[in-house]
Amino acid sequence: MQADQNTTKAGRQATAAPAAKSVATPTGAPAIELKGISKAFGTVQANKDISIRVMPGTIHGIIGENGAGKSTLMSILYGFYKADAGEIWIKGKHTQIPDSQAAISAGIGMVFQHFKLVQNFTVLENIILGAEDGALLRPSLNKARRELKRLAEEYELNVDPDEKIEELSVGHQQRVEILKALYRQADILILDEPTGVLTPDEADHLFRILNHLKDEGKTIILITHKLREIMETTDTVSVMRRGEMTATVSTSETSPEHLAELMVGRKVLLNVAKTKANPGRTVLEIENLKVRDEDGVERLRGINLQIRAGEILGIAGVSGNGQSELLEVLGGFANGTGTIRLNGEELDLTGKHSDGQSRRAKGIAHVPEDRHHLGLILDFAAWENMVFGYHSDPAYQKNRLVMDNAGITAHTQEAMNRFDVRPPIPTLPAKSFSGGNQQKIVLAREIERNPDLLLVGQPTRGVDIGAIEFIHKRIVELRDQGAAILLVSVELDEIRALSDRIAVMFDGQIMGERAPEDTDEKELGLMMAGVVK
Amino acid sequence: MEKTPKWIDVALIPLLNLLIAFVISGIVVLLIGENPIEAIRVMVDGSLGSPYGWGYTLYYATNFIFTGLAVAVAYHASQFNIGGEGQATLGGLGVALVLLMVPWPNWYLALIGAMIGGAVFGAAWAAIPAYLQAKRGSHIVITTIMFNFIAASLLNYMLVNVLRPRGSMDPATARFPAATHLPTFHDMPLIGQFFGKSVPANVSFFIAIVACFLVWGLIWRTRLGFAIRAFGRSEPAARYAGISPVKIVMAAMLISGALAGLMATNNVMGEAHRLVLNSVEGAGFIGIAVALMGRNHPFGVFLAALLFGFLYQGGGELALETSIPRELITVIQALVILFTGAFDNMLRGPIEQFFVARANARKEA
Amino acid sequence: MDFATIVELLDSAVRLGTPLLLACLAGLFSERAGIFDIGLEGKMLMAAFFSGAVAAVTGSAWLGLMAGVGGALSLSLVHGMASITFRGNQLISGVAVNFLASGFTVLIAQSWFHQGGRTPQLSGSGRFEPITLPGAEAVKDVPVIGQLYDNLLSGHSILVYVAFAMVPLTWWVLFRTRFGLRLRAVGENPESVDTAGISVVRLRYTAVAITGVLSGLAGTYLATGLAAGFVKEMTAGRGYIALAALIFAKWRPVPALGATMLFGLLEAISNRYPNIDLGVVNLPIQFMQAVPYILTVIILAGFIGKAIPPRAGGQPYVKER
Repeated sequence: MQADQNTTKAGRQATAAPAAKSVATPTGAPAIELKGISKAFGTVQANKDISIRVMPGTIHGIIGENGAGKSTLMSILYGFYKADAGEIWIKGKHTQIPDSQAAISAGIGMVFQHFKLVQNFTVLENIILGAEDGALLRPSLNKARRELKRLAEEYELNVDPDEKIEELSVGHQQRVEILKALYRQADILILDEPTGVLTPDEADHLFRILNHLKDEGKTIILITHKLREIMETTDTVSVMRRGEMTATVSTSETSPEHLAELMVGRKVLLNVAKTKANPGRTVLEIENLKVRDEDGVERLRGINLQIRAGEILGIAGVSGNGQSELLEVLGGFANGTGTIRLNGEELDLTGKHSDGQSRRAKGIAHVPEDRHHLGLILDFAAWENMVFGYHSDPAYQKNRLVMDNAGITAHTQEAMNRFDVRPPIPTLPAKSFSGGNQQKIVLAREIERNPDLLLVGQPTRGVDIGAIEFIHKRIVELRDQGAAILLVSVELDEIRALSDRIAVMFDGQIMGERAPEDTDEKELGLMMAGVVK
Repeated sequence: MEKTPKWIDVALIPLLNLLIAFVISGIVVLLIGENPIEAIRVMVDGSLGSPYGWGYTLYYATNFIFTGLAVAVAYHASQFNIGGEGQATLGGLGVALVLLMVPWPNWYLALIGAMIGGAVFGAAWAAIPAYLQAKRGSHIVITTIMFNFIAASLLNYMLVNVLRPRGSMDPATARFPAATHLPTFHDMPLIGQFFGKSVPANVSFFIAIVACFLVWGLIWRTRLGFAIRAFGRSEPAARYAGISPVKIVMAAMLISGALAGLMATNNVMGEAHRLVLNSVEGAGFIGIAVALMGRNHPFGVFLAALLFGFLYQGGGELALETSIPRELITVIQALVILFTGAFDNMLRGPIEQFFVARANARKEA
Repeated sequence: MDFATIVELLDSAVRLGTPLLLACLAGLFSERAGIFDIGLEGKMLMAAFFSGAVAAVTGSAWLGLMAGVGGALSLSLVHGMASITFRGNQLISGVAVNFLASGFTVLIAQSWFHQGGRTPQLSGSGRFEPITLPGAEAVKDVPVIGQLYDNLLSGHSILVYVAFAMVPLTWWVLFRTRFGLRLRAVGENPESVDTAGISVVRLRYTAVAITGVLSGLAGTYLATGLAAGFVKEMTAGRGYIALAALIFAKWRPVPALGATMLFGLLEAISNRYPNIDLGVVNLPIQFMQAVPYILTVIILAGFIGKAIPPRAGGQPYVKER
């Protein structure tokens, strides 16, 4: 039986926890044991026969690419989804977890990637929601206030209990989520991509807390796709790939390279084959660019940048430090103040010429960060998506009144062939394509017009390995044809591999620029944290 | 690919939902001690069994085509226009003013004038909720409901205090000049001989059909239609593409209001020949059922409008010939809205699952 | 306008505002839980019919009340199934509920009573009679206070007092109890409730059921308190005015009292003075009737403060995927 083999293999390796790293000695029954968990969403097999053992008092990492099935597995453990098959054992007992209530009473707490907090409730109200002691609120609120004070002192988890969630920073909101779990006396804590929204400093603080919790005998499962976090904090690690668990190893006996190989199934070549850039005239000049969001918070606080023809400027940074706003204002769907010049001509940053149509007309193309919500209309056919944003282009009109739908479909067919979109059927709705093929449709649309400036956000998020190489190659090709390219990615490796220059963003400002060959991950990391300029 | 055949979405599910609505209506008829089979016979007889019946069925259908298209166009921009009733009311006011204030030489010039008047007034009544939605985020469903009531009060005021002829106790305008009366089916060559003098169906029916074609072209063939559909599916994506939300909401709602307002060429100009209180008689709301049933496609709207025309006329006959009140039609209308709209997922889920399973089984075999 | 007239107007405002208040609080429970309800009108109508019908047949207003609440609850169940179980469009469901009630009540009324879609006149114990508060008789000649007590506070049907008691009760339930906390949470972010191990479906059905009970009381009051029996379309848009009041009150119970009483007063004034001559302009009755709707549009437009509905309102809850 495949499942049994997996279990024993995983179990043996997991129990062989590194004594060097962990002070707790894992003995007795595992805190968590999953046996043969499977889960399908429609025709997509998110989890396939997964088995795993986690010993008490350890930090166990689960690593894998986006879409590998990590979050689904943990949501099953937390009772948020129901598994199609498999068993869950908690502390040596076969446990049914039909809903989150059952998970909570089994001592499991979960900090989701997207927090599950009520924005206009206070911290206290969020803490007691679902864990009230009686029909009236007052006693629960009083008890929670005392308990919160104790937890704050014990774990450096300070938050104002009477503040509303919407007034808190993201880091503090995460603390509330952790406090929620601790208030419910969880001794197994699951964290799903907890550092995605944190600065390195906040992340360090989080890991200090996690280690503290571990020392108290609590069990922690850390889901992430960042190798460094795994190497630095976990005792054991499981690797997931395409819904399957490919291995469980102890962290001290593995290396980042090995883990990366397990994650993608082969060695990753993130070194993009490219020649040295040959920059020409200045295409884009940004001076003192400022952007405020709807709530009046300044998201860009005076950005200065230049990009020349034939070079790729990569913007590194923890997500949420203004990169999205930069793309939005350049792409024409957010207003700002300051000066942006394209080929020497100043762009409108407010008013009716500050929209996507005007930007496209001036030669700015944009592969947006979020292709599902911005780049594509998922219900539209591929041919409709292929002209989306350019649908008013005279080339796509049959006459003054109607569009040339047949012509567009033929054009789409060609583009799909050139960009190796599979299946190459123009009438298929965008939602029927895989992530990589969806991204190729967007890329084809934006690149094909030979823009002077290409904005690219997270070009390979949720894209399979094969497509990543293809996409990277196309971006470099466009550069070599003389386009200026602004690349935004939270994947530092991608930034380093593609960029000719790297600018680091922190808190709405550019911390500095480096040439990729003159810097390393450590320096960039400190810049991303706002420590080094 | 998890795709179910298209005919399931556009034909099977709506028909099944319709069937459920009819079966429940039948049960209601049984409940009040009448015979549902007999009721259907009376309805079919009264609405489809004679040219007279057809004359009424098509007259009602004309109203519903306009209001159904109005709801459908707004829907493509993801706006739920519940205000067809008020927009059609104002359209009636526009038509009446145009016909009473200008001495029209003949009916076709008058018709053009009336169409402009009805469309402009209907669009204007939709413009305020549209503007408030686009610029200030005021929920268009609530504002259009409120505007229905405000329209009723406004019309009431206009008829009682302004437009009522001196000496008349009736809250209605004066009769329109005979020159503006639209040719009914009876007056038309070829088909005229079949229809009696009193049938209300008139040339507006053909205008409604033209409107179906124009709306189809607008939605699926023009840049504006492309932008409307894109905005309706995803507002953030539309903003990314440089499609102005304000422009689209305004455009879609103005077209929607204009279509609802055009209904007045049928009921006010073509039939009543004057403007009376509550001339719309709920057709604005039936437009919701028609658009839902017709899946917001002009051809579907046309078919669904015929169906409701039949129900409306048949319901009238039912009230005359049996002791079933015509409110039965309101119940059927409610059930159609309920099952094709709100309970859509009830059948859709299992049916799609069935087809996916069958497709998978076939693939494996 | 003398004092007695003002008291009379206020008294009439209370009577006319009561069904609005009950319906408004009904809508508040549902919408606070994230279920939009434009079907208040239909539920009230259904309750008005069943209460009127059963009270006429049995001669008991109390049995009528139970039937009325039952009628409204049945439509709540329909709305709940559409919006919660089948994750349909809540607005469309609301529209359907309104038409269902509008047609069904006349159909059944005609079949049962053959009076052109109305129920027989209620009298005696078939109606909720005015209650004279203790001492009202004694103090009614005392100027001002006595008049207020006797005319304004005393002499309403039990349902009026229930409606007023519902205001602090609703506030207390919403902001001081576990149920209220969860109810508000599920209307703001149902995921927070789901991950806390609480059933979103059960909470929302409970909320929708409370809406049914309260709108049932509203409809019952119309047929057995305000009027003496059910008449076709007797709600006459009150469900929508209650909805307007709910927005006006920004989904809060105490302002809901203010908004509904204001709208009740407007109706009382327009009943008494069809045309109001303000010297400069003459306000026609049609304008007075439209005022609640116009006010609501102005509120929605954000010209007087912003009305922000519960964040998860109108959206069916689907676990993210």
